[in-house]
Parts: sequence; C-alpha cells; structure tokens
Amino acid sequence: MTVADSLPLDSDAAPPGVEEQLDRSDRAALRPPWRQPLALTGGLVILAWIVIAIFAPLLAPDPPNSQFAAPLLAPTHQFVFGTDQLGRDIFSRVLYGARLSLPLAALLVAVSLAIGSLLGAMAGFFGGIVDSVIMRIADLVFAFPGIILALAVAAALGPQLRNAVLAVIVVSWPSYARLARSLVLGARTSEYVTSARLFGSSGWRVLRVELGPNVAGPLLVLATLDVGNAVLLLSGLSFLGLGAQPPTAEWGAMVSAGAQNFNSWWVGLFPGLAILTVVLAFNFIGDALRDILDPRTARMLGK
Amino acid sequence: MTCGTLANLAVINTSLRGRARRVTPAGLGRFLGRRIGIGLVLMVGITLVAFVLTHLVPGNPAAANLGQRALGDPAIVKAFNHEYGLDKPVVDQYVIYLGKLLHGNLGISEQSHRAVVTDLAEYVPATIELALFAIVISLVLGVGLGILAAVRRGKLVDGVIRVISLLGVSMPTFWVALLAFYLFFFRLGWFPSGGRLGPAVTPPGNITGLYTVDALLHGDWSLFASALDHLVLPGLVLGIYTVGTMVRFTRASVLEVINNDYVRAARVKGLSEWTVIRRHVVRPALLGIATVSGVAFGSLLSGTVLVENIFGWPGIGQYAYNSAINLDLPAIMGVSMVVAFIYIVVNLLVDILYSILDPRIELR
Repeated sequence: MTVADSLPLDSDAAPPGVEEQLDRSDRAALRPPWRQPLALTGGLVILAWIVIAIFAPLLAPDPPNSQFAAPLLAPTHQFVFGTDQLGRDIFSRVLYGARLSLPLAALLVAVSLAIGSLLGAMAGFFGGIVDSVIMRIADLVFAFPGIILALAVAAALGPQLRNAVLAVIVVSWPSYARLARSLVLGARTSEYVTSARLFGSSGWRVLRVELGPNVAGPLLVLATLDVGNAVLLLSGLSFLGLGAQPPTAEWGAMVSAGAQNFNSWWVGLFPGLAILTVVLAFNFIGDALRDILDPRTARMLGK
Repeated sequence: MTCGTLANLAVINTSLRGRARRVTPAGLGRFLGRRIGIGLVLMVGITLVAFVLTHLVPGNPAAANLGQRALGDPAIVKAFNHEYGLDKPVVDQYVIYLGKLLHGNLGISEQSHRAVVTDLAEYVPATIELALFAIVISLVLGVGLGILAAVRRGKLVDGVIRVISLLGVSMPTFWVALLAFYLFFFRLGWFPSGGRLGPAVTPPGNITGLYTVDALLHGDWSLFASALDHLVLPGLVLGIYTVGTMVRFTRASVLEVINNDYVRAARVKGLSEWTVIRRHVVRPALLGIATVSGVAFGSLLSGTVLVENIFGWPGIGQYAYNSAINLDLPAIMGVSMVVAFIYIVVNLLVDILYSILDPRIELR
C-alpha cells in the first residue's frame, strides 16, 4: 500500500465536520430572505421608518421647527430626545427627518441605477467607441474616493440639498455601469440573443426585451446594497454643510449641530442613531440578497 | 482517484512554475510601463474634472470675484477676464490651468490667504499618519476576525462577526467620531482632547512629517508616547468602516481556498489546524487583501474629512471641512486632487506589488 492510497483525499472521506458544516451554512444562505433573521429585522426596521415618514405629523409631538422650549434640555419625559440649541424638540425633528432621508435615498438609488445600468448596458452591447467613452468616464469617477468627489461637486454647484443629491448620483452611477456592462457582455453571445437578432430585432429591442430582464437581478441587489452608502454619503454632505440647509430637519445636519454642542450628547446621538438604523437595515437585506446570487456574480458586486 | 488528485496537484504546481518563468524582465517592464501610463492618464483626467468643476460650473467667475461696483464697469470685467484668460476658448483655458498646476500653482485659499500648495504641504503628513495608523488597525482586526469567521463558518461566532462587520460599514463616521470624543475625552478623560501632541510638547525635527515615526527616529520616547496617545482615538474611529470591509473580504477569500485539495492534503499530512490555516489558507488569501488595502486606503483618506475636524487633527480632512463650510473652492479642489493622486499612486503600487508577488497573475 502506497502512502497515496492511505491518504483519505476523497470527498467522502473528508475530515469530519467540514462537509456537514458547509451544508448547514449553505442551506442557511439559500433560505428565502424572509426566513433569515437579519434580513427580516432589516425589513421590519425599514417598514417602521416608512410608517414614521408617512405619519410623522401625527406621531411627532411638535412641528419640526417650533422653538418654544428652552435650548439644550436633556431628555425628559416631555422631550424624550431633549431639545437642540434653538429649543426645538429633537424627537420630532428625527421623525420628520425620515420624510426627507427615505424618499431621497430611494430617489438617489433609482436614478443612479437607471443611468448607470443604461450606460453600462450600452457600453457592453454596442462596444467600440461607445464602450470606451462611457467606461473611461466611469474610471475617472472611480479614481476619486467617494466623498471627496461628492464634496467637490457639491461645493462647485453650491450648498443646496438638490446639488448634494446630484453630487451623490455623479459618484454612484459608475458601479452600476460596470456591473451592467459585464453582465451584458456575458449574455451578449448567448443563444437567445443570437436568435432574437436573427428574427430581425433591432439592437435596442434586444437590449430592452431580451437582455434587460436577464441582467436585472444582480443590479437590483447592488442597488439594495447601495442604499446604505447613498444615505451615508448624503448625510455626510449635510454634515459638512453642503446638503440640507437650516432649518431643515435632516439627520446629517442635526449631527453637525451635535458636534457644535458636543457636551449635550443628545443633540447628535439620536439623529445619528436614525441614520445608523436605516443604513444597517438596508445592509442586512442587501447582504442576504447577495448570498442568493451565484458566487461569480456576487464577486462582480465586490465589497 | 486519490493518486489522480495528487497528480493534479503536481500538474497545477508545474503549470504555476511554468507561468512564473514566463514573467521575463521585459514583460514586467512592459506591464509596469502600461500601468504607470494608465495612472498618468487618470491623473490628467482628474485635473480635467477639477477644471470643469471650477471653471465651467459656477457660471461667471467675474461675478464671484468682483464686487458690485466693479461688475458695473465693463472695462474692469474685461480686464479681469483677460488677466485670468477667461476671454480665451475653453481649451486654451484648460492649457493655462494645466501649466499653472505643473508649476505647483493650485490657487490661493480664500480663508488662509496662502497658496493652497503651502497649506496642503503642511497638512498632508498629518493625514497620512492618521490613515496609515487606521489601516494597520483595520488590517489587524479585519483580517483576524475575517479568518475567525471563515474557520467557524456557519457557527455563532461567524454570525456575530457578520453583524459586527455590517455595523462597521453602517455607522456614520462623523457620528462615531462625535460619540467617541464625548465619551472617551469629555466623560472618561482617557484620551487627550485633540491635536497631534500635548500642549507642552514640541514637534520632532521634520524627517517624514509623521510625528510617531520622527519621534522614533530621534529616539525620543516621551514624544512618541504623546504622539501615539493623540493618534489612537481618531485612528480607531477612522478605521471602523474599513474593518467592516476587511472582515467581509478576508472571510470570502479564505473560504475560497479553505476547501482546496492542497489544504486537505496539508491536514492529512498531520499538520496542526493552526499551521494549516496560517501557511496554506491565510497566505494565499493575503494577496487579495493587499489589493483591497489600496481601495481601503482611499476610503480612509476621504473619511478624514468627516473625522479630523471633531478631533482637531490638523490634516487635510480638517482643511477640507473648513473649506467646505466656507465654500473655499480652490482649497476644496486642491484637496480633491491631492487625495485622488495619492489614491492612484497607492493603487498603482499595490497592483505592481500584487503582480510581482503572485506569479499566476497574467501581466497585461
């Protein structure tokens, strides 16, 4: 008997525990999102925030900008999150902040997704000069670390919430473009595309009818993962004074007020917690969705 | 079957060696040339972005720089436009702008009334020191936790680490900075209030500009202690986000190799589990981690914009924060360009290092 024969290299003789261990976690990953505790938690938190955003005027004890209390009151049963430097109720402002942050996050990601996937799909499908131009611009955006470019764009356009939103879109679209391009490149030579072309479909029609639905899944997962980043980026710009302007109740700007009154911990703590819960919830969902994708596509998503 | 597996290993082994041999000095030179070329093109692209943002977007620079009365006088407006080359075609303006950049002229900061280059030269080393410290922390913590999670895949530890890493990438950095400052300085007094050194300490002679390194080079231990004391809290806060990304990446790359036949073979050979992990699992995974570190360094550099101000750390992050608050456009563009340049150089170095360390990478 040779040494090689005695080596249990076959999979059925694998070290005990390994296979069983893999099976268990693989099964956990393949469970539908609503049966995974993290994704479920994330979904419930988002749902709660949506309810808060819709019913903020009913839930909040005060209008967001009323200043009838003393400034910088520590949390009490009357002002559960305390009051800020202008005597506004922080609890009400955090609730009202959801009316701004949630729709903006959805808008940001929807627009970046639309622009990025359209450009990326065009680059992958048409190739040639279209591909070069679009992808070189994307490379240029990738050459900047995210918030730095957003900061420069927002500053150049002027400090306004609208411009901060534009800045975040400028920074966000290229990751969708890259993913869409590689997905389309992979699918372009598939048989269903060839047969559609043979039937006489135009390039645009193939892109829309054949390729679109087939590349949508991974792009939507990327979008879910990206909501958190968009919220962080936008609130970061507001923190820097380049986003929402006073007296708007925006979470990033409220944390900024907390930094100016740092010994009143409650001014910055609660709006920051609001940002954290929203971002974390979307990341929980995105993380679970990514596990459902096949590993090769998941790797294209990076992170 | 078993022999087949071993034979496969041998084939892979020789094919690796065969490929490694193909990396000739000439091939490497061509690869480096191409990579450096791409880096240079990107840098020119960055100046183009900065030019577009400063010269084309705000509309009328004369209106931004001249007072009301001067604007009423067409002659003054014309002279202003002529002086700054604004009456020339856009392409000529860009060439003038590039020429200024090549001479190190990034304009005058509107708040400090000094050349932006002078300001940056003063602030960049502080930020580099902070970012380097943060990346060391995130490498140690991130890689450690990532390996642990992969080895205990599917167990409770894995789940806990997953939540920790998701928390790390979900927390707004500026908010963590604020809380850490409040808790550890204001309430507990564990760390100094901010800045790079204690009030009575003079900076070390300037060698690298990194106080901790310079203090060591001078052999001044009390100075080193003071510099480190000031570095720890902002460095930890800055590193939290990248710890999250490092954990995820390490876990994934370790899982990719952990089921390979050669790992199994190493186990079977009787090596202890720890030795197998260290020598046959972590080592191949480290290469990928080096690449991610380049990207992580970029996010650390930009993260300083949100962290430095709260800790009074006198780096480009605080400079960018103050510039943003005061809409000091030349300063903001200077910071963006410098950060993007550093980012490109770091990624270039990582790329080159990666291709030299891993012979399987095809040099293209």
